[in-house]
Amino acid sequence: MKRVAVVDYGMGNLRSVSQAVAHVAAGSEFDVVVTSDPAVVRAADRVVLPGQGAMPDCMRELRESGLQEAVLQAAASKPLFGVCVGMQMLLDHSTEGHVDGLGLIPGQVQRFELDGQLQPDGSRYKVPHMGWNAVWQGRDARGALHPLWAQVPDGAAFYFVHSFYAAPQDGSHSAGETEYGVRFASAVARDNLFATQFHPEKSADAGLMLYRNFLHWSP
Amino acid sequence: MLFKRIIPCLDVNGGRVVKGVNFVGLRDAGDPVEIAARYNAQGADELTFLDITATSDARDLLLHQIEAVASQVFIPLTVGGGVRTVDDVRRLLNAGADKVSFNSAAVANPQVIADASAKYGAQCIVVAIDAKRRADGEGWEVYTHGGRKATGLDAAQWAVRMAQAGAGEILLTSMDRDGTKIGFDLALTRAVSDAVSVPVIASGGVGSLDHLAAGFLEGHADAVLAASIFHYGEYTVGQAKQYLAARGIAMRPDLAL
Repeated sequence: MKRVAVVDYGMGNLRSVSQAVAHVAAGSEFDVVVTSDPAVVRAADRVVLPGQGAMPDCMRELRESGLQEAVLQAAASKPLFGVCVGMQMLLDHSTEGHVDGLGLIPGQVQRFELDGQLQPDGSRYKVPHMGWNAVWQGRDARGALHPLWAQVPDGAAFYFVHSFYAAPQDGSHSAGETEYGVRFASAVARDNLFATQFHPEKSADAGLMLYRNFLHWSP
Repeated sequence: MLFKRIIPCLDVNGGRVVKGVNFVGLRDAGDPVEIAARYNAQGADELTFLDITATSDARDLLLHQIEAVASQVFIPLTVGGGVRTVDDVRRLLNAGADKVSFNSAAVANPQVIADASAKYGAQCIVVAIDAKRRADGEGWEVYTHGGRKATGLDAAQWAVRMAQAGAGEILLTSMDRDGTKIGFDLALTRAVSDAVSVPVIASGGVGSLDHLAAGFLEGHADAVLAASIFHYGEYTVGQAKQYLAARGIAMRPDLAL
């Protein structure tokens, strides 16, 4: 049996993430555990790093829980899927509380500045960006789609809830983009890392497909 | 662009989904877990569970049902009815809710919205407002306790105050229209939608697909909530989305995976 570890560093409820991953892992060679034990994260074959709330709180809890080293080791060696603030933490820095991230993907996390702009239907932009929006899949330098998009149609809708977004320095690290007043990176990828601003666990079949692809991914 | 949302609502009483007219006269619609799974399969964008009796017995029953639904349904789930404290939010989120909706308790103690929002984030705090047009026709008054208690508050002003306090979304129900199937109170919906900077879910009175369209186009709602047109099989969520897309409203496309 292989193991997927969902990292629990005390920032909120991981039930929906773990249930969605367990749902697609049913009948596979994987079991799914929610863990706050660094040794379990180190021993896992794949790691999911969720995150909700404010990034400064998430970074502090990750550090103080003693899990940051285990997450950095995982990021250096095995498939890792970041979700929401779990994606934002992969970058260098966030303007939210001016906190440093894990520095795994060069770039910044910044707030939507949409005051005074109107949506295509004439309504105001509201922040947080909350609801279903389309994700346009990015291609790497060789023109290939990321393997985690297998069987997911380009432009498929995913569920978002956030006020800050990632701006990777290197465009090739943007694995998916979404329009909300600005075109932003709604998925990032580098080597064995893949992460989404949206919530696959709340994105019905398209989200489950991403988690299923993650289980079969050999970066 | 952000898609407009269709949210089927499950009014739960004693473990069963029910639907009334003007908040009374309940009729059985079935098992919550089965109904939730059906709407998930039909392409609903979110689900709302409202515990309409909200006694402590019903609450514990609901927690088990939320757990059962959350393990099967992979779209956002809002739970409301009888939510009073920040600790209630914790219990409901732990059971699998993604958002928790306050109603009467927000009026009795507005600080609970600020506290819950500071602790869990505005994205998971919904304030439900039950509003009724004033007898003199001047605006709408907020009612609590399942529509039994007038508060004197103006619905639009109350919505603004709740959004400022930390509500991430407003669930706005017209008591005059609830269950009547004659359409949303569009003037109410628009007054509140235009007043606040957070998303507004229109509720109360849907009897046709055209009513849903009007909620978006004339009411300026970000999402529409409906119960009976879906519960009793008049329309599927998919039919509603097709109809609204044809009216030029941005709907989340169905995936055939």
